Amino acid sequence: MLTHIIKRFLQAIPTLWIIVTATFVLLRLAPGGPFDTEKPVSPEIKLQIEAHYGLNEGLHVQYLRFLGNLLKGDLGPSYQYAGWDVQEIIAQAFPVSLELGLWALLVALLIGIPLGVFAALRHNKPSESALMAIATAGICLPSFVLGPMLLLAFAISLDWFNPLGWNYASDRVLPALTLGLMYGAYIARLARGGMLDVLQNEFIRTARAKGLSLSAVVGRHALRSALQPVVAYLGPATAGLISGSFVVETLFFIPGLGPFFVNAALNRDYTMVMGTVLFYAILIITFNLIVDLVQMWMQPRTRNE
Amino acid sequence: MNKEKREQKSNDCAGKSLSRATWQRLVRHRMARIGGFLFLLVAIACLLGPFLTGQDFAAQDLAGGAQAPSWDHWLGTDELGRDLLERILIGGRISIGVGFAATCVALLIGVTYGALAGYCGMRTDALMMRFVDVLYALPFTMLVVVLTVTFDQKSIFLIFLAIGAVEWLTMARIVRGQTKGLRRSSFVEAALASGASHWRILRHHILPNLLGPVIVYGTLTVPAVILLESILSFLGLGVQPPQSSWGTLINEGADKLDIYPWLLIGPAVFFSVTIFAFNFLGDGLRDALDPRETER
Amino acid sequence: MLSNVSFINKAFFQLASLVLAFGWCACAKKQTNVERGIQNGELYIGIGAEPAALDPHLTTGLTEYSVMLALLEGLTTLHPKTMAVEPGVAQSWVISEDRKRYTFHFDPEARWSNGDRVTPEDFIFSFKRILSPALGAPYAYMLYPMRGAEAFHRSQSIDFGSVGVSAPDAHTLVIELESPTPYFLNMLSHNTWWPVHPPTILEHGAITDRISKWTKPGKFIGNGPFILERWRLNNGISVVRNPHYRKHSKVGLNGIHFLPIAVQSEERAFRAGHLHLTSSVPIHRIDWYRKNHPERLRFDTALGVYYYMLNTKSGPLADTRVRQALAYSINREDLTKHILRAGQKPAYHFTPPNTGGYQARARLPYDPQLARKRLAEAGFPDGKEFPKLQLLFNTSESHRTLAVAIQQIWKRELGIDIELHNQEWKAYLATRQSGNFDILRAAWYGDYDDPNTFLSLGESRNGNNHTNWHDPHYDALIKKAAKETDPVARMELFQEAEAILIEALPVIPIYFYVTSRLIHPAVKGWYPSLLDNHPYQAIQLKK
Repeated sequence: MLTHIIKRFLQAIPTLWIIVTATFVLLRLAPGGPFDTEKPVSPEIKLQIEAHYGLNEGLHVQYLRFLGNLLKGDLGPSYQYAGWDVQEIIAQAFPVSLELGLWALLVALLIGIPLGVFAALRHNKPSESALMAIATAGICLPSFVLGPMLLLAFAISLDWFNPLGWNYASDRVLPALTLGLMYGAYIARLARGGMLDVLQNEFIRTARAKGLSLSAVVGRHALRSALQPVVAYLGPATAGLISGSFVVETLFFIPGLGPFFVNAALNRDYTMVMGTVLFYAILIITFNLIVDLVQMWMQPRTRNE
Repeated sequence: MNKEKREQKSNDCAGKSLSRATWQRLVRHRMARIGGFLFLLVAIACLLGPFLTGQDFAAQDLAGGAQAPSWDHWLGTDELGRDLLERILIGGRISIGVGFAATCVALLIGVTYGALAGYCGMRTDALMMRFVDVLYALPFTMLVVVLTVTFDQKSIFLIFLAIGAVEWLTMARIVRGQTKGLRRSSFVEAALASGASHWRILRHHILPNLLGPVIVYGTLTVPAVILLESILSFLGLGVQPPQSSWGTLINEGADKLDIYPWLLIGPAVFFSVTIFAFNFLGDGLRDALDPRETER
Repeated sequence: MLSNVSFINKAFFQLASLVLAFGWCACAKKQTNVERGIQNGELYIGIGAEPAALDPHLTTGLTEYSVMLALLEGLTTLHPKTMAVEPGVAQSWVISEDRKRYTFHFDPEARWSNGDRVTPEDFIFSFKRILSPALGAPYAYMLYPMRGAEAFHRSQSIDFGSVGVSAPDAHTLVIELESPTPYFLNMLSHNTWWPVHPPTILEHGAITDRISKWTKPGKFIGNGPFILERWRLNNGISVVRNPHYRKHSKVGLNGIHFLPIAVQSEERAFRAGHLHLTSSVPIHRIDWYRKNHPERLRFDTALGVYYYMLNTKSGPLADTRVRQALAYSINREDLTKHILRAGQKPAYHFTPPNTGGYQARARLPYDPQLARKRLAEAGFPDGKEFPKLQLLFNTSESHRTLAVAIQQIWKRELGIDIELHNQEWKAYLATRQSGNFDILRAAWYGDYDDPNTFLSLGESRNGNNHTNWHDPHYDALIKKAAKETDPVARMELFQEAEAILIEALPVIPIYFYVTSRLIHPAVKGWYPSLLDNHPYQAIQLKK
């Protein structure tokens, strides 16, 4: 187990290197640069600006220096926001996104798993159709639709919540619901599917035939393998959730990391794109590792070897 | 031995059942029938509807902009006075087409890739999965922007490429997780011992057991793809105005929900009905493909 | 089974009670920003986007300007209502006979926020900073009227002593100009002419350091009416009253909160009482406010023109008659009335009305009949065999709506098909720079209140003229106007130039911009402003 984790960490290094290199190439292929503006400055001034950021040197020099700084743990200054370092921005914004993402994950799991498991247990009964209709409705409500709807209902009409901001405990409710409901719907459908597959398996049938109650079977045997697809889905989903959502954080004016991902790319803020990509890559790799470990634990057959 | 035989048999049966038995079970499945009917309804409406409404989807009436639904315009008009129903139907061609085709592409790549990685295991698996990690982490916006300048911006192929590049990843991870489990199962080991080729094992023992999660995740991919398309048009890839798609219509409508609700309700209903239909069909297909499912 | 269900029920019950608890504390809260602001004298204002910087020598945008206006002050200021030049750091000034030498006498009360006196040397340091080529200040050319400034900035002279600025004593600053510049005192209120606090700059880096942290709260030393207290990206900038400000007793507010809320959410925030002022109004909301709260809507004429740039290099657009056909066929009244809706004026010429007192006489007609005739003369009767041109715009719903409408107009009136294409901002800029377009949506906001800022765009050497159109006669007129000292004769030269532009039409003007805002009735002292310049000293919050 431990060797596996160490191995994965070692694998992460070349993976990150490839990600960083590919991103570097993508950035330089994209049209337009960080200092292009509507009223363009003269070429001489542009050269001066670029000199501050070392953009006047050859690409290979820039690349090597970037890697060197990275090894020193320096992501550099943001090109878009003068006076701000990339690390500073991420350190300031990530805790907010993390909190929002965890709330949303809680919403998603609390809705998704009971809904999916319960629906599978009621397979081919009308209540299953009803439960799955709810889940499907959730899939049809992306955050950019659900958000304005919730705002209109609970913030504007009923006036229960602030329409924006991140100051009070109550400010967490609408964003977490907006972000979490769709993930909950996905989880519900995956959980139901997994549960159905498992319930029809031999060993469950045997267990039932032996006279074990359904709840015992579900709790002791079925759930663990039924949630396999859910767990595989949760890896990238969690990384996505806690690294912030552009739509939700913009809509509710939450100072999280989400908008930076999109805006950095649109502004060609090279260092910021690099920083966010690297950060997200580490999250993805970590969570996929966790998922693999959980899956190993969940699959007795893999665990043995 | 008996157990393996039985497994073998049921799986063989699964392989064969992709044909008639499945079809019969699918047709008998109540939700699948409803789903199929709804889907056909929407598809036919999008294909033929534009000819029947007698409206031109590009025709404008600036003075009559943003009208609520009426006898002349069943779903109202947008801010340029264009008939919304007509725009939804025309947009549906793109959205359903992209939703269906891109999902198929994502499934094809995801399942093959995931199954191979999970089956081969060890180094191959590690290598293939790290590649997935790389693709997960690449900045999607940058990728699309680079695509738009590198290729002809309006090619539909590019939309598939951009969407395909992201949507198959989770599919591959799910499939790989399942395959890994199946690979260690007693019946696969028995089949190997009896000298079956890897190809045969993949086809006859692994794939049929993957269909459940694949179908479920496939139906989940369709709405994701349809909505993703609107982000692509934002970045200048794919559908350009005056042409529209459901994703862009819903996106625009959502902002104006409290003033012009019909701008959201119209496209959202069409979108939802289609997604419901796909999910019902998916559930039916899943049940129909499952040889162990009790007949009803 | 049962235990399972009860577990689920329990979970749902807990979740529900959690939500209810949240709902309860939500009800228990409630003093909106607007109420709190009126109580404490703090203004909550939406600025639409995060400022890129708070360094007056590096910024170019209006958003940044609107924040820095609270923190810094130049030699002169503008009257909040009349926009007439008023004393700033300089309490008086003397202009020499030849109008090329300005002597400014400093207000002894002018202080930095740490209590230091604002000295002429501070200004010299600041001018040197912005003009140093190594800083790469994008708007350094705003200082070019100063003698020797351009040469220094272009590295033709490396001695700052050659620049026409000096401090004969501790209270006097002398600026010498290249040539008489009528709007010079006006210009001094622009952020490029503002001072920065030399010790602060040098404490956080060299004089020409771009990547410096001196603009952070706690470090920023300014001389404006307010002090920077808090700055968090995508969350807000807060400023509080500066006790060292020279006229601090006249400042009506105790603080300002600048909130970079996205446009759609901004309106919602305003409706829920979280903002006194917004940076814009969503188009679809305008009619609702007109009907329900007309007093909260504010439309101010802005010094900007929205236009389509035509690439006249080759193809049909090289033919003046085709360009005229395209321009004449657009019913601009229809567009402004039904699509834009905020009282924008249809543009029949290029320079916005009343720019520096100038009213263009040239007018292009709205005449579809004539447009069709021109197109036929150019060899495309009824648009037959007209090649498929592309109209490029940067991604935005309003640009798209307008483009779709105009596409339809050209199809209906001229029988020609135009293809629409959108690109995200940076790609759009790159395409525009490369000249690889047929028709391109563009806009121009005046840098200062003078027709020159608009009409110089048509000059062949202007870096923003991507149309490939050039006319030596036009260039000569603009050059002549720059040297003309008689204001009336100068305006006549602009009239002549504008007439040429409107005949040749390398650009198709569509409409003149309007700034639309939502404003709470408690906000007093926020006056219409052509350059969107709203000094905060004058603003008060009263119930």
